[in-house]
Formats: sequence, C-alpha cells, structure tokens
Amino acid sequence: MNTLFFKIVLVFYLAGTFSYLLYLFKQKPRISKVATIILTSGFVFHTISLIVRYFEAGYTPITNLYEAPSFLAWAIVGVYLFIQFKYRITSLGSFISPVASILTLLSSAFSEEIGPLSPVLRSFWLPIHVILAFLGDAIFALAFCAGVMYLIQEHQIKSKKIGSFYHRLPSLKLLDDINHYSLTIGFLLLTMAMVTGSIWARHAWGAFWSWDAKQVWSLLTWVFYAALLHGRINIGWRGRVAAIFAILGFLAVMFSFLGVNTLLSGLHTYDR
Amino acid sequence: MHIIVVGLNHKTAPVELREKLHFPSENIEEPLKRVTSLPQISEALILSTCNRVEIVAVTRDIREGTEEIRNFLSSYHGIPMSRLDSCLYSYDSYDAIKHIFQVASGLDSMVMGEPQILGQLKDAYSLTNKYKTSDVILHRFLHRAFSVAKKVRTETKIATSAVSISYAAVELAKKIFDTLKNKVVMLIGAGEMSELAARHLLNHGVKEILIANRTYSRAVKLAEELGGRPAVFEDITLFLDQADIVISSTGSAHYIIRSDDVVRVLKIRKHKPMFFIDIAVPRDIDPKINDISNVYLYDIDDMEGVVGTNIKMRGEEAKKAERIIEKEIEQFNKWLGTLSAVPTVISLRERFEEIRKKEVEKTISSLNGSSKIDAKALDALTTSIINKILHYPVTQLKTLDNTREGNYFVDAVRKLFDLEEK
Repeated sequence: MNTLFFKIVLVFYLAGTFSYLLYLFKQKPRISKVATIILTSGFVFHTISLIVRYFEAGYTPITNLYEAPSFLAWAIVGVYLFIQFKYRITSLGSFISPVASILTLLSSAFSEEIGPLSPVLRSFWLPIHVILAFLGDAIFALAFCAGVMYLIQEHQIKSKKIGSFYHRLPSLKLLDDINHYSLTIGFLLLTMAMVTGSIWARHAWGAFWSWDAKQVWSLLTWVFYAALLHGRINIGWRGRVAAIFAILGFLAVMFSFLGVNTLLSGLHTYDR
Repeated sequence: MHIIVVGLNHKTAPVELREKLHFPSENIEEPLKRVTSLPQISEALILSTCNRVEIVAVTRDIREGTEEIRNFLSSYHGIPMSRLDSCLYSYDSYDAIKHIFQVASGLDSMVMGEPQILGQLKDAYSLTNKYKTSDVILHRFLHRAFSVAKKVRTETKIATSAVSISYAAVELAKKIFDTLKNKVVMLIGAGEMSELAARHLLNHGVKEILIANRTYSRAVKLAEELGGRPAVFEDITLFLDQADIVISSTGSAHYIIRSDDVVRVLKIRKHKPMFFIDIAVPRDIDPKINDISNVYLYDIDDMEGVVGTNIKMRGEEAKKAERIIEKEIEQFNKWLGTLSAVPTVISLRERFEEIRKKEVEKTISSLNGSSKIDAKALDALTTSIINKILHYPVTQLKTLDNTREGNYFVDAVRKLFDLEEK
C-alpha cells in the first residue's frame, strides 16, 4: 500500500521538478502555480505514504536505504513549501525540487520490502534522533540550493553579463539571508541530533562515542558548519564564501548520509 | 540682432576651472545685470551647472559682443584670459541656436539624453525673467529650445538611455541589497547624471545621501536640495565605510577610490556588500575593486551594457535628433531675420498697399459711370495718406533697429498687422 503511494509521490515530484524548471525558463506565473500545486500534492501523498508505512512496519520508516532518502526528500520538500508559502521565493523551487526528485529516485533503487527491525533500533530514540538529523539535513539542502543560486547570481552581476537568470533569481541579500538562517537552524538541529544520538548510543552500544564512521563524519560536518557559523558571526564571512561553504557542507552531509552507509561500515550500518 | 553663446563645458574645461567659473543661482542677479549692461549686449541668460557655464546673449555685433562676454567672464571671476582662452568656446547665429537646442535636448551632456539639463535651462530662463534680462528674442528662443527638447525626447529614443541608466542602477542595487531602505548612498562629484541617479535611488527609499564635491559649497547646496549630508571631498575615504552605494562622477584624471581603500573599508563594514557606480570618464574608481568579494563595480559602459543601449543605436537616434534640430533652427532663424526693421517695413508697406489698392478698386467700380472722379487723383490721395500715417512709425522702427526696444516694436508691429510669415 505504502509503496503504491510512493510511486505516485515519485511521479508528482518528477512532474513538479519539470514544472519548476519550466517556470525558471518561461517565467509565467501560471506555471509556478501549477508547479506549486503538483509539488504540494506530491508532499501530501508522501506524508500519507510515510504514515501508512509507519503502521504497516510498526516503526518510523527511516531505517534503510529505501526509506532514508525518501524521508529526507519529504523533509526537504516540507521545509521548502513552508518557505515558499511564507516568503514567496518561487525560484528556489527550481533548485530544491530536483534535489528532492533525485533522492526519491535513489530510494526507489533500493528494496522496498519491510524487514524486521534490528533490536538496537527498537527505541523511542529512533524517531527523535533521526527526525532531528533529517530536518537538519533538509535545511542544509536549502542552504546548498541558496548557495548555488547565489553563485549564479553573483557571477551574473560581477561579470556584467546580465543574462536571463538575473531577473529570475532573487537578490544576493535574500540568498545570503537564507544561507544565514538555514545555517543557524540547521546547525542547531545537527547539534541536537548528535546529542540525542550519543545519549541513545550510551543505551544501545554502551558508550556515548564509539568512533563509528557515521559519528566521525557527522562530527566533521558539525565542525565544518561550526567554522562557517563562526566565520559568519565573527569574521564577517558572507556572500560568496558562505555560499561555497554551504555547498561543500551539504556535499559532506550527503556523504555522511549515503556514502557512509554504502561505502564504509560501522555501527550505523543496519542493512546490507 | 544676433544670438551668441560663450562658455565652457565638461569637454573643454577641467572641473577645477568649471568650478571657478560657476555662478551660484542665489546671486545671479548681479552678473546678469552686468552682462546686459555691456555696450553690445541687449539680452542675456546665464546657464551654470556642474558640467557647464554658458552665457547666451543677444548682440548687435557678433565680434564685439563675443569679446565683451569673454572679458566679462575673465574679469568677473578673476581668471586671466590666458588661462581661460583655450577652454572657452563661442558660437554665433546658426551655430549658437544649434548649440542651445542641443544642450536643451541633452545631446551635449556627459550622458547623452539626460533630462536634467532641460530643467536647469528652464531655471536659468526663469531667473532672466525675474531680473528682466531677457526680452523678445530670448523669450522666443528659449521657448523654442524647450519645445525642441520635448520633440527630441518624444520622437527619438535618445532620452531613454539616460533615464534607464539610473533605472538600471536602482534595479542592480535591488538585486544586490534586496531593499534600498536603510541604505546609504554617497555621491562623489555632483554631476547631472549622478544627481539624477541619486534622485531615483531616493524615490526607492534610500535612507541617506552623502555628497562630496571638490567645492564644498556646492556639496552643501546639493545636499540641501536632496535632503542629504555634505562631506568634505578630501575625507571621502573616511566616510566610505558608511556608504552602501557609491556614485562617482568627478572630472578627476586619477582614480579617487583605490583598491586598498576598499579592502580596508570592507573590513570595517564586516564585508557588508558595496555597490560602486562610476559614471566618470576618465574613471574615478579603480576597476580592480570588482574582483573583491562582496564589491560590485559598474562603470558607464557596463551600465550602458545593462540597459542595452549600444553606441550604434544612440548614434542613429542622435542623427534623428539632429534632423529635428536642423528643421527647428531654420524656422527660428527665419523669424529672427524678420526682426530687423527693413524687412518689417517692407512687409508693412506691402500690407498697407494691398489694402489701399483693394479699397480704391472697390470705390471706382461702385462709382463707375456716374462720377467724374479722377482715378489717378484718388490713387494719389490714398497713397499719400498711407505714407503720412506710416512715416513716423517707419522712422521710429529704423532708428530703433537692433535695440531691445526696436525688437519689441518690430515684433509688435508684425503681430498687430499680421505680418507673420505664412
């Protein structure tokens, strides 16, 4: 049942991405409306599919490589829709929706079967820790997209080659603000995810810290974002530097999210 | 009567000299009165802006009138003629009319087609009305110039370039800063174009305007006009950290703002972005600063590029404008020519003769057969009446020829007897 919904979600996300990209090139307000409707419907179906899977599996569906990317995509779309309705930055959708689509596609490449949950994961910490971590990652995805947009827009203005993107992308200030806020909130969520994670680790594995690959990578990204945040607040890093940092940071996040699970092994590896 | 123009502008004179020749409008009365009291000059207007100082005058004798005004400029401002000579230009008759038409249309401005000069010319004209130094010829001439400028503006795209440059400046600023509220603009050099851009920015909610000019008094004056704050020119690098947007348009031959100034200021500003617009030629701001992160520099060519008005288009529009101007000069010249007594007297006589003949013919045909009146005698009688009536006005017109009063009479006569060219 949940997998049927999931297929519908995938169709909606792909169609939404297509419309958002079309909007980027055509700039017709009607297209942006259609794109928003498609993406919002996709999000609604996605929410339903997660709820259904939750009941079918009996646990929060974020435990394997079929569930995790899809859940991250859900969080990203959710965060984006919130921002779009609140601040009306539609062009962001053209950059966010492809990320969500790719993640959803990635999910579909893995087995959709619901397996027995590893005993270690049977804990109320699972939803708390993982939701915090995924929300943080979603917000870093936002900073990543804003960073890409910033670099494009900055290049247009600096090189004086005012191309078609100039009018379509928001102002540098706005993109930098997105970078700033999402960085602050994302960092907070990441920190909380790590704290709850280590408390849970104390219960599950017997130690707060066990040099697990995912722990190490998370710590690295944490340090990276901490450095950027420090630079922003105390040194006045902003604009281009902050945008590049946000892009690199998100790539590190993606690696600790996917790469660690597929390439490295450690305590966080629950399915193979 | 001839129209002459003597003056200098941004193309012929450096800013230092233009500043020295500046006539502040609040005490323009004295120089205006002094010019009109020169022996050969009957009417005069002084146009004094940041980029030009020009005296438009009506004279009986082109050569002497021009010389008188040149000497006036030199003695009034205490600048030796040797220093002034190479920078001054003078036009007469056709060329003078053409020049003023071009100036009014913005064709002679630093940024072609900028509209502010028209307003400045209108102000200068209203001052001549206030102090009564303009009369028939200048009235007609200036009104003509204003309508030519309007025509050029509506019939060519020449003005859109200048307006859209300031518009593009606002748009670019918005793409960088999102909102212009709480932003501080600094004007360096108070040129026509930068003032225009500043006004546009003010309309979009800029918080404050700082104005630095080599002559402090003019910075103060413009600051009053725009509701800004004057700054001492030598201290601009000290104020630079307060400015988010900098518009520079001085006549300086060297860079006023250097790369290391900006690097230093940016640290103080914690790297808050800065947007520089350099509309000066030669440029005021080191182009290298565009490479600094969070600093954006646009020079006049870049702005033109953004607006998309290429030089070719401007050239074509300028040609169109020239054609409009040529036509107008012809018309105005024709009118000016009629202002001297001789052609007016001739057309006046013709008009009277025409009426006389018609009436005599009518009388003769109505009396036909029944009368013994001599047609020749009737002719002689009416002719002599007309001659007697016209004698005093005609001598009066001839003696007053080429004086202010004379122009006034000639113009009146032409109007009263409907002698305008058909």
